[in-house]
Amino acid sequence: MNIHEYQGKQILKQYGVAVPEGHVAFSPEEAVKAAKELGTDVVVVKAQIHAGGRGKAGGVKLAKNLDEVRTYSKELLGKVLVTHQTGPEGKEVKRLYIEAGSDIQKEYYLGLVLDRETSRVTLMGSEEGGMDIEEVAANNPERLFYEEIDPIIGLTGFQARRMAFNINIPAKLVNKAAKLMLGLYQAYVDTDAAIVEINPLVVTGDGQVVALDAKFNFDANSLYRHPHVMEMRDYDEEDAKEIEASKYDLSYISLDGNIGCMVNGAGLAMATMDTINYYGGSPANFLDVGGGATAEKVTEAFKIILSDQNVKGIFVNIFGGIMKCDIIAEGVIQAAKEVSLSVPLVVRLEGTNVELGKKLLNESGLDIVAAGTMAEGAKKIVELVG
Amino acid sequence: MSVYINKDTKVLVQGITGSTALFHTKQMLEYGTKIVAGVTPGKGGTEVEGVPVFNTVEDAVKATGANVSVIYVPAPFAADAILEAVEADLDMAICITEHIPVLDMVKVKRYMEGKKTRLVGPNCPGVITPDECKIGIMPGYIHKKGHVGVVSRSGTLTYEATHQLSEEGIGQSTAVGIGGDPVNGTNFIDVLKEFNEDEDTYAVVMIGEIGGTAEEEAAAWVKANMTKPVVGFIGGQTAPEGKRMGHAGAIISGGKGTAADKIKAMNEAGIEVADTPSVIGETLIKVIKEKGLYDACKTH
Repeated sequence: MNIHEYQGKQILKQYGVAVPEGHVAFSPEEAVKAAKELGTDVVVVKAQIHAGGRGKAGGVKLAKNLDEVRTYSKELLGKVLVTHQTGPEGKEVKRLYIEAGSDIQKEYYLGLVLDRETSRVTLMGSEEGGMDIEEVAANNPERLFYEEIDPIIGLTGFQARRMAFNINIPAKLVNKAAKLMLGLYQAYVDTDAAIVEINPLVVTGDGQVVALDAKFNFDANSLYRHPHVMEMRDYDEEDAKEIEASKYDLSYISLDGNIGCMVNGAGLAMATMDTINYYGGSPANFLDVGGGATAEKVTEAFKIILSDQNVKGIFVNIFGGIMKCDIIAEGVIQAAKEVSLSVPLVVRLEGTNVELGKKLLNESGLDIVAAGTMAEGAKKIVELVG
Repeated sequence: MSVYINKDTKVLVQGITGSTALFHTKQMLEYGTKIVAGVTPGKGGTEVEGVPVFNTVEDAVKATGANVSVIYVPAPFAADAILEAVEADLDMAICITEHIPVLDMVKVKRYMEGKKTRLVGPNCPGVITPDECKIGIMPGYIHKKGHVGVVSRSGTLTYEATHQLSEEGIGQSTAVGIGGDPVNGTNFIDVLKEFNEDEDTYAVVMIGEIGGTAEEEAAAWVKANMTKPVVGFIGGQTAPEGKRMGHAGAIISGGKGTAADKIKAMNEAGIEVADTPSVIGETLIKVIKEKGLYDACKTH
């Protein structure tokens, strides 16, 4: 789950990380009021969307007076921003963050992320802040520095100082920068974050080390123990079908094709998509019903797939282990009854309780095309969809 | 022979009184797995399916000599269950539970350094040595005793591959699901080493998926060390790049982890990679025929 920049900064503030003063605004009037309260010569009007690359896409404006604040706010609110992280459809701006301008001397990059290779959280830093850090990693890897963090001790003072020296923070500000990094790590751990990124971190003319941006992404498995993080969720930023799916613990991702897929297990779900593509079809979604699905969950999964207007056929591919085939069959039958099913349905069942599952489907009277293997099922649904 | 588990393995089930655990305990017992104990705090002294239940893993091990644990404990408590298994010096803990918080696993992995116990999983289907011992949630009937080792990051794809092999009369020595989580206990290389040394394994099927670099590392290991033929499959070849936020994830993986990278690394290591999941079995059969191992692998 992602949150907005201003929400990330609210978290950082609690951990002693310096951030500029600012207020969220949902209208030009609120934006002007916020700028008045800040009272600084320059304020920054920042579009709040769940994607990076906002600056380049024109989503961040410097305003020198209240009229400019009003003008920029009107311009940005309702605008669809297309950045390299939003996809071509872009994202509509519905919130702004009005922030005091900073006297930037130099920009840096800091990030915290899990390194799968070491199974440790790793602090990354670079002197090349404010720009596309992936380019730095690709072209000048020697300008990126890493500190691997022992989960038992946490980020240590010397590691944080070493990072500050490595990325050439001015000597007299090294302790401030190190303290900021320690706060950042504590925020990461306390909120069960998956990624925290500050780009840019800046050194200001008055000798402060300040986080000018904040990107947080949280581990979905841990959200249950962070109700205050859950409250920050912005449903406007997410796909409606994905939200519906998450209510039922279903892992669903919208895609561009026309064949709806319902599969158990992420690996099999991806392989099912691969197979549909192989036979010339195009999947409308990725959907992993997971291990412990109930008939009710399967019914909901079916409804979500069918709520996509592009879906011209459905392929259910289940290899039951923890998931029992009879449960899937019950869910499919229930769903087909609740929503009058008008598109072709191909079902391939194998695994735990497979005979019971097949029997239920056969006796249901539903128009279901049975398939013996994944390949056969994929071929059939591609043919049926045409 | 086989790897990790066999007919003498004494299994204890952590979280045995939960509904999923109960269902699969029954299935494992029917398969012939020696389940000697269950653990559910507060239910010590009771019995389920004829299996004595204990309050702690330590008590269960003392009373029954269990050496491998299978964990069905719900995600919020699963990391603690793994720690308890490690503390009891079990040979192996196989964690089926999915959705364990990642930072819990980071701590668990750190705690396990230098300890005796091998962790398989979490978020995995388990381990099976056909006709001897089934530990986990995989359907038993799709397996057949034989000489092909299977190792996979994906549960249901493992079933898919194994089922294809069995249908073609190609049995398995052991099938190991290592799980799809970013932090897990046993990786491809650990299992490949075991298969390489196991005299009853003649060939290996390795199933990966996009993300991380475990397959690339395994391919490098195979190139340098493996004396037996390996065939593979990578799930997610057509998965679109997800909408994402921030760059840190991409940097740490150094732009690696795509299906194309993995397939390239595997091909370079002499691993034949199946085009679709439906031809994993065919691909293995083609390769073992080329190596003159088909007759030895064919179960009659």
